[in-house]
Amino acid sequence: MTQSSSLLTADPRTRARNRAEARFRAFGLAAVITGLAALALLVISVIGNGAGAFRQTYLTIPVTLSADRLDPEGNRDPAEMARVTTFGYAPLLAQSLQMHLQAEGIDLTGVSPQALMGMISQEAPAQVRAMVLANPDILGETLELEMLASGRIDGYFKGRVTLESAERDANVSPAQIRLAQAMADAGMMETRWNWAFLTGPDASDQRPEAAGLGVAILGSLYMIGVVLVLALPIGVAASIYLEEFAPKNRLTDIIEVNISNLAAVPSIVFGILGLAIFINLAGLPQSAPIVGGLVLTLMTLPTIIIATRAALRAVPPSIRSAALGLGASKMQAVFHHVLPLAAPGILTGTILGLAQALGETAPLLLIGMVAFVREYPDMPPEGLFDPASALPVQVYNWTQRADPAFVERAAGATIVLLVFLVAMNLIAVLLRRRFERRW
Amino acid sequence: MSIAYSTASALAILAVTATAAAAQSRDNVQIAGSSTVLPYATIVAEAFGENFDFPTPVVESGGSSTGLRRFCEGVGETTTDIANSSRPIRESEIATCAENGVTEIIEVRIGYDGIVFASDINGPSFEFTPADWYQALAAELPMDGAMIANPNTAWNEVNPDLPAQEIAAFIPGTRHGTREVFDEKVILQGCEDSGAYEAILDINGGDEDAAEETCMSIRGDGVSVDIDGDYTETLARISANPEGIGVFGLSFYQNNTASLQVATMNDVVPSTETIASGEYPVSRPLFFYIKADHLDVIPGLREYAEFFVSDEIAGPWGPLAAYGLVSDPELAATQAVVANGTTMDAM
Repeated sequence: MTQSSSLLTADPRTRARNRAEARFRAFGLAAVITGLAALALLVISVIGNGAGAFRQTYLTIPVTLSADRLDPEGNRDPAEMARVTTFGYAPLLAQSLQMHLQAEGIDLTGVSPQALMGMISQEAPAQVRAMVLANPDILGETLELEMLASGRIDGYFKGRVTLESAERDANVSPAQIRLAQAMADAGMMETRWNWAFLTGPDASDQRPEAAGLGVAILGSLYMIGVVLVLALPIGVAASIYLEEFAPKNRLTDIIEVNISNLAAVPSIVFGILGLAIFINLAGLPQSAPIVGGLVLTLMTLPTIIIATRAALRAVPPSIRSAALGLGASKMQAVFHHVLPLAAPGILTGTILGLAQALGETAPLLLIGMVAFVREYPDMPPEGLFDPASALPVQVYNWTQRADPAFVERAAGATIVLLVFLVAMNLIAVLLRRRFERRW
Repeated sequence: MSIAYSTASALAILAVTATAAAAQSRDNVQIAGSSTVLPYATIVAEAFGENFDFPTPVVESGGSSTGLRRFCEGVGETTTDIANSSRPIRESEIATCAENGVTEIIEVRIGYDGIVFASDINGPSFEFTPADWYQALAAELPMDGAMIANPNTAWNEVNPDLPAQEIAAFIPGTRHGTREVFDEKVILQGCEDSGAYEAILDINGGDEDAAEETCMSIRGDGVSVDIDGDYTETLARISANPEGIGVFGLSFYQNNTASLQVATMNDVVPSTETIASGEYPVSRPLFFYIKADHLDVIPGLREYAEFFVSDEIAGPWGPLAAYGLVSDPELAATQAVVANGTTMDAM
């Protein structure tokens, strides 16, 4: 070596190493940016598509509840009045709308009575019928009622339907759109925040405007509740035994390998198991959150056991030795010292497992939870045996529907699911930050 | 100690409630099956729940075959009451049912479903015949006494009257009941109409089964894409590739007329009227199957079935027809079948 090296001017090999490092950093940064860009794209497209689901168009008009149409016998007996079906209520609403529009001097040319009926959601007759049957005394009165506008009219106020697309659309005409605009100008129609999307039940293909997530959210909460009550104690008990008490031999090795394998089993397999054991053998009902919860418990257990064992292992042996040295029994050492110190890790693992269970659809497919369910389940514990749906199932169901308005609903449901997941993950992070101890 | 104790008690409570609830009977109707029948079944279930004192039935999708398999699992509250199907039940399925004790099955035909061909609204319009589809999609075509690989790549090569647009077809995958109808009523029909069937018979020496098989084998060179998902996937494929032509159910098309235009078949525009009259050739009946043993056990099952086939619902002016179901001209006979509980072997 004739050339002396200097700290101020880098020699070729140092420069090459520096270049390699710069390249590696650039690759790493590019990877992070790609990931973030994909996430941003997903979030933007979901929010762009789904934000509309949280707002809905309502119309408010005076409705005359004609007594001779709704109670032909005139006895005000709810059992007799129930014979007038929702199909009998629909024309009544259209008629009230027509009379009100004429009284307000709004031009009705080109809009037939059928077309007027098509502007009101098919949910409205059911809503009015339920109201009348609950309180027969309101018959004959004229009430200001707020009703949902039909999906296409709602789509116009959200920009999904335009005058041009209405020309080609078999389900809405430009005349209806112009009338809707006139009604909005007159203050009869408004688009506002829609709680019913979060609380209402699912609706059939003909009423996308009325479809909500109420049953699905309840079903998901019930299932997560069952998973928490079952998977956490079983998982923690199994982990403590395996980690602290079990002898290290071939049998525990086999169990350990199997737990890791179980964590990687495709989730649909748990659904097959659930159908065979819980429904066919144990006779539990179909479409019930209890079965969903049991299946998801089986699926989540390995995740919780692995996380809990890692958390227990992270507690330094010196803590155990100190406790044992002071005369504590092994169980006292574990429950008084090791478990509290491992708790943040266990909770984090559990919450992540629950979040995973919350987003699962495949295992629910075979146990009948991927279904159209409109009735709210009762309060637990009985409600655990009533049919219910689940959040990811609702997203899946809505993406299959023919009406384009369900695209917005599906994206809206995805937003709700994402909010739940983010909240759970946030709690996991906060718990870890708050209680974690380092040695 | 306390954790172990609370765990044990929680498990005990759960076990007790589980046995208690399993003993109580189901009060809702449980339905599973065809995704084509699903929208109709949900519309009826919703109206049923609103107008009757029974809870709204639970409707699952999953396909005709899955629905019928679940239906045939046995009799009892943990099995489904009704299977929706977009094809008639098969002999093998009736046999499976019988093995598991499901011997009394009521077949209910609810109406007809049209299968339509639609393309992007901004593209050229198409007037098809079954022969066009056969010549566009067959794997091999007969030519001068031998079978050759299908050379057609554009619609005007198939039929000079069609636009010069590349052939890109999105057809239902083989797990769909719709595919069976497409194969038989379009491809096989086209094979016979175009004279190819006779030509194939000449080539293979008169084996009719083999000839039909040859007719219905679809080319696998990417010109035709099998869609295993739903019509929403077909629609997404067409918006991504505006030259594509997709196979849809009539009701799906009617809900998406703002983005799709429908092609005629033998110069007939598909609509509930032309399908009911039989002018439009590609349609199929839709069914649901009732487990007769459940009729007087599950509350609301009989009422739901009667409500489904009533004129108010399934008739030509009912909500199902408004959604795209072609109502059955023999609805009165179906109503009688449901009212009398006539099972399949009694017919």
